[in-house]
Amino acid sequence: MFERIYAIILRFVYLHKRSMPRIMEIMFWPFMNLLVWGFLSVSIEKMTSSTIVSYLIGGIIFWDVLYRSQQSVSLSITDEFWARNIINLFISPLKTYELVTAICFVGLIKSVITTTFMAILAFFIFNFSLLNLGWNLLPFYMNLIIFGWALGMFTMGIIFRYGRAAEALIWGVPFLIQPFTGVFYPISILPAWIQPISYSFPSTYIFEGMRNVIQNNQFDVHLLTNAFLLNIVWMIVCGIFFGFMLNQVREKGYLSRQIIE
Amino acid sequence: MTHTTCESKLQDNNYYEPVLQAKNLSKAFNLKYAIKDISFHLNKGEILGILGPNGAGKTTTLHLLLGLIKATSGEVNIFGLNIDKNRSEILSRMNFSSAYISMPYNLSVMDNLIVFSRLYQIKKLKEKISYLLNLFEIENLKDKITGSLSSGQNSRVNLVKALLNEPEILLLDEPTASLDPDIALKVRTILCDIREKNRTSIIYTSHNMEEVENMCDRLIFLANGKILIQGTTNEILAKTGKSSLEELFISVSREQSQHNINDINEE
Repeated sequence: MFERIYAIILRFVYLHKRSMPRIMEIMFWPFMNLLVWGFLSVSIEKMTSSTIVSYLIGGIIFWDVLYRSQQSVSLSITDEFWARNIINLFISPLKTYELVTAICFVGLIKSVITTTFMAILAFFIFNFSLLNLGWNLLPFYMNLIIFGWALGMFTMGIIFRYGRAAEALIWGVPFLIQPFTGVFYPISILPAWIQPISYSFPSTYIFEGMRNVIQNNQFDVHLLTNAFLLNIVWMIVCGIFFGFMLNQVREKGYLSRQIIE
Repeated sequence: MTHTTCESKLQDNNYYEPVLQAKNLSKAFNLKYAIKDISFHLNKGEILGILGPNGAGKTTTLHLLLGLIKATSGEVNIFGLNIDKNRSEILSRMNFSSAYISMPYNLSVMDNLIVFSRLYQIKKLKEKISYLLNLFEIENLKDKITGSLSSGQNSRVNLVKALLNEPEILLLDEPTASLDPDIALKVRTILCDIREKNRTSIIYTSHNMEEVENMCDRLIFLANGKILIQGTTNEILAKTGKSSLEELFISVSREQSQHNINDINEE
């Protein structure tokens, strides 16, 4: 089992080794994002003298963790469609859970690299130290990765079913939840009827927890527990959805047709 | 034309040991049958040709055998196991190569073959890869990016991948389609040698009738998703009264086209 999981991870290591755009994708866009939001935060702070810089830079770094985790999972499978390699994988002894495990691990590696890179930049450019916030943020970080995996599985299911027509979702799905999950602002400012929707996402508790750590240096176990429990639900639901879509694909022969297209 | 004849010593011995059985296999897409109620088997060490015009159901049949598609009815048993319930176990003992699929274009040939060797859990993988690259005379391509290969080179790399796990059953979808006659001859010779040496069972599709006649012990002719006729080349020609497989193929192809036109008119 581990040999096959390792094989898929190796496939993506080889891919990135030879592809400058892929490396840029891990580093460049997060960097640009950090710059835009970082400078905006600095300018707002000058006007309000609050902890806005930490809020927004922490938000953008954590948002990127979720985004990168979801995107790398769904992009990994799309890569196989682009390379017309998906049939080779599906006629190999590779089991579906092994494929999913491998690409989730690839997502984790990419997220860790991006976060490290952004944390270093944020320290030198904006004097924002992620490490100063303490290791308390680590469990929140891991929960964001897990939620990214769940969203990634959901996206993968749609890509399997609808093929290249659904590719835009790789970049779009996280933004569907961004306004509701309180990346840059507390949930309390949202209209009351939106708040229950917000609290159905594990990421909402994580961003609230992050702000709590930044503002009060308090680690709220309840927020972490809620995020973790919701993550379990999301992983189960998205896993079932992915399995259902994969079954549909085998039933209706979409996999073969997508290769021929 | 120079050709290889893959004579079956196994048939001479009247050897019968099915490794693959398709029973009453049907597959419908949107209520239209791509294949309907077909049954056949593949013996150990046998080369079985599946022929038919475009749209006859060859690819659907191959994909059903590989478990890529679920059958509407009927079942596929390979090594005595049901493909839907034992995919990983069965697929570790099989392999597939097609002129229509490729490996990731942005990886080198060697990187790709290492990844697939690991997927098939091959021991001493570098030696194995090197041996097969030499066998297909493409050792010089190992550091090239897969996307930069010609279609003929790509076909040979796909065949190397398909032989990495020394498959007991090999499914080949038009393996020589993009090869020049000299390389195609070499590939056929390699496949015949592998069959004799390892008693590999092969399912072979091709539009080259002469190649099929020389390579295959037995043939299945598909048309409109049904088995029109099956047997050895001589049996098929005797039953149909045609002088060659090519003549039979053209006749079947025209009948299928007419059938399709009638279907469209009825709709």
